[in-house]
Amino acid sequence: MTTLTATHSPSRWWQSRVLRRFLSHRLALLGLLMITLLTLACVVGPYLLPYDSLYIDLRARFAPPFASDHYLGTDPLGRDIAARLFMAGRISLLVGFFAMVLSIFVGTLVGVIAGYRGGWISAVLMRTVDGFLSYPTIFLLLALAAALKPSPVMITIIIAVTSWMEVARIVEAEVRSLKEREFVLAGRMLGLGRSHIMFREILPNAMGPIIVAATLTVARAILLEAYISFLGFGIQPPLPSWGNMLNGAQQYLASAPWLAIIPGIAITIAVSSFNFIGDGLRDALDVRNDTV
Amino acid sequence: MTASPQTDDSHELALSVRGLTVNLPHGMERAHAVEDISFDLERGKILCVIGESGSGKSVTANTIMGLLPRVIGVSAGSITLNGLEIVGMDAESLRSLRGRVVSMIFQDPLSALNPLLTVGAQVDEAMRAHGIGTQASRRKRAVELLDEVGLPDPALMYNQYPFRLSGGQRQRVMIAMALALEPSILIADEPTTALDVTTQAQILELIRDIQRRKGMSVLFITHDFGVVAEIADNVVVMEKGHVVEQGTADQVLKAPEHPYTKRLIAAVPHLTDKDRPSLQSAGSDTVLKVEGLTKTYRSGSALLRTQRVVPAVRDVSFELASGRTLGVVGESGSGKSSLGRLLTKLMDCDGGRILFEGRDIAPMAETEFRPLRQRIQMIFQDPFASLNPRATIGRILTVGPTAHGMPYAKAREDARALLDLVGLDTGAYGRYPHEFSGGQRQRIGIARALMFEPTLLVADEAVSALDVSIQAQILELLDKVQRETGISMVFITHDLRVASQICDDIAVMQRGRIVEMGPPSQIFLNPKSDYTRELVAAIPGESSNRPELAAAEG
Repeated sequence: MTTLTATHSPSRWWQSRVLRRFLSHRLALLGLLMITLLTLACVVGPYLLPYDSLYIDLRARFAPPFASDHYLGTDPLGRDIAARLFMAGRISLLVGFFAMVLSIFVGTLVGVIAGYRGGWISAVLMRTVDGFLSYPTIFLLLALAAALKPSPVMITIIIAVTSWMEVARIVEAEVRSLKEREFVLAGRMLGLGRSHIMFREILPNAMGPIIVAATLTVARAILLEAYISFLGFGIQPPLPSWGNMLNGAQQYLASAPWLAIIPGIAITIAVSSFNFIGDGLRDALDVRNDTV
Repeated sequence: MTASPQTDDSHELALSVRGLTVNLPHGMERAHAVEDISFDLERGKILCVIGESGSGKSVTANTIMGLLPRVIGVSAGSITLNGLEIVGMDAESLRSLRGRVVSMIFQDPLSALNPLLTVGAQVDEAMRAHGIGTQASRRKRAVELLDEVGLPDPALMYNQYPFRLSGGQRQRVMIAMALALEPSILIADEPTTALDVTTQAQILELIRDIQRRKGMSVLFITHDFGVVAEIADNVVVMEKGHVVEQGTADQVLKAPEHPYTKRLIAAVPHLTDKDRPSLQSAGSDTVLKVEGLTKTYRSGSALLRTQRVVPAVRDVSFELASGRTLGVVGESGSGKSSLGRLLTKLMDCDGGRILFEGRDIAPMAETEFRPLRQRIQMIFQDPFASLNPRATIGRILTVGPTAHGMPYAKAREDARALLDLVGLDTGAYGRYPHEFSGGQRQRIGIARALMFEPTLLVADEAVSALDVSIQAQILELLDKVQRETGISMVFITHDLRVASQICDDIAVMQRGRIVEMGPPSQIFLNPKSDYTRELVAAIPGESSNRPELAAAEG
């Protein structure tokens, strides 16, 4: 019998079809670029600006943007909006990111176990998911935020608690179809343990939808943080967040509209960028788009 | 219909393809799906196009039907239907030709029928789309057609939904739809591949019968030389987008000229009347003894009296000695795959005993069975689904043994040695499954099963998804593995020809029972039960052409 050699095809990740498809998605690239810039600005921005976010410049209260060396103007206390925007960005992005990590973790765990085990375990887990989904998210958020001490960590947890269910549903459906594949049977034939099969054989195959869900969850989490902070139950001043900057701008909408417009734009950029990236990833990871 | 193109039925050639080249999109393994192919379909004849997967035979059929996906296009050549050139014809004219002049039946009758429409409505639709007849006349015609394709009680069948029909009946409905407008040319793309062997024989008979009665011209696409021997007047052999040989069926089957044709014909498994020579290593000690094994599927609720009880395996008993192979053959639904899953404990049985090396494994719990699992391994049907796409070949092979405590270095060494044994480059170790062809993946599947040095190997349709030439290589490999390791095998297949190649004993299953068991010579030449006789008679290409094929093979 002759020795057969494998047919060569590109296998390095940077040559992969997924990446190529993602890079050809204009909006997704734009989203990636904007998110990178925004994150960079929030990380290094505060060090480059002439004013600290807590410095009160009473002579320059209500300075409009682009008029002085307060580049984006100042707020009613004369604090530099640019500096506050970037500091707030740190909080908002971190809360969004970690809320996503938490909800993906919980959702994936529940989804994989429910999808693989089936039977009454699945019934209990998925009915719990339904239970959580049947509460109106905003009221649940506000109730929790009002009852608990609103620190950034607590806000992150509260947001995660209200957004893991969709991930669980997506993963459950994916795992349920993957577990019928023969490679899972093959794993059982090899005597692999249940958790090994669930998390090391099946889970890597479900990463596509999970990654997509992750980007969309970040966007949602940032938005939720803005909601509750805007309503006053979230991040508490003097710690800035995009949401409570909007809250502070309410009274001055007519006289100093930039107070609301600037953090509003930041939220819009962040949320739509993550959504664009999510759309791009969804198209890139969808095997059905392969023209074979 | 305005300005529908007219075709001349008196033309001598029903279909003529000249210098046809179809491009593939960039980045595919080759530039052309088919390149410079030419052949003719004479009026009232059956032309078989045969080739392995990737030979371009289906692309050819779809080009003639004008059904190519947008990304691939005809770059050169001409196709004439009844003397009418169709390459470059506008979409609307092409549409009016489809169904009226040329129509097509597909491989999978389940996905080709709309599950939400009745059978009658779908036959009716074919006529309505071309604006023919009134509602009443179409209905009458549809019932006639259903009768013509041999469906029982056509008036009742008219109102049935596809899911109520068997695979063979669905394929008959497809044929009725294709015949609705009395086309002069019928294209059949692997119409019997998804069917059981007895059903396949009936459908082939039906197609030939209709072709004779109506004087139709048929372009029949297949990968099976047995089918060619049954049905073809003329044959075109395709390889990698080229026509390598064409001629009358007699010429091509009896005196093939091109080496590829010779190789293909030689690779076709045949019924052998000789039993397999017993192996040196084959001992008399029993590895596996099954007694009264039973499995019943239950669905629905007993409480609500909606329970459906399907007996899958009924009172099955057999014995398997070391170094020997037992073939389990049967049609779909015969319970042969359920039997395989019971033996490997992927499913629990309802009754009976499975004595593996003297111990009854049937009642064991998973944790108790796990150490024994290593000694019973399985090869799966689908080489694309049975390997984890996200794991390297190395990980696929070593994950089992390392999970059972083998040091990684030792596992890696074993894996490399096995890759060599199954005929793969050891460089395969670090690669991913998608880089391999179907046959190569099946070799990896075999290597994985051998990692534990098992004593029993259960192969569930292990070669069914492969091309014939690859099939022959894998069978050869399994034979070699058995000779070298003395492993016992349970080989489950629907293909009696394959079973006759590799098995020492064959068990024929029907509706969950073993109806006959014995060496291949008895099963195939002197079958005791009616069912076995029926199965053997239905094998395509064996009844009339066996001596000739055997001669060509030699």
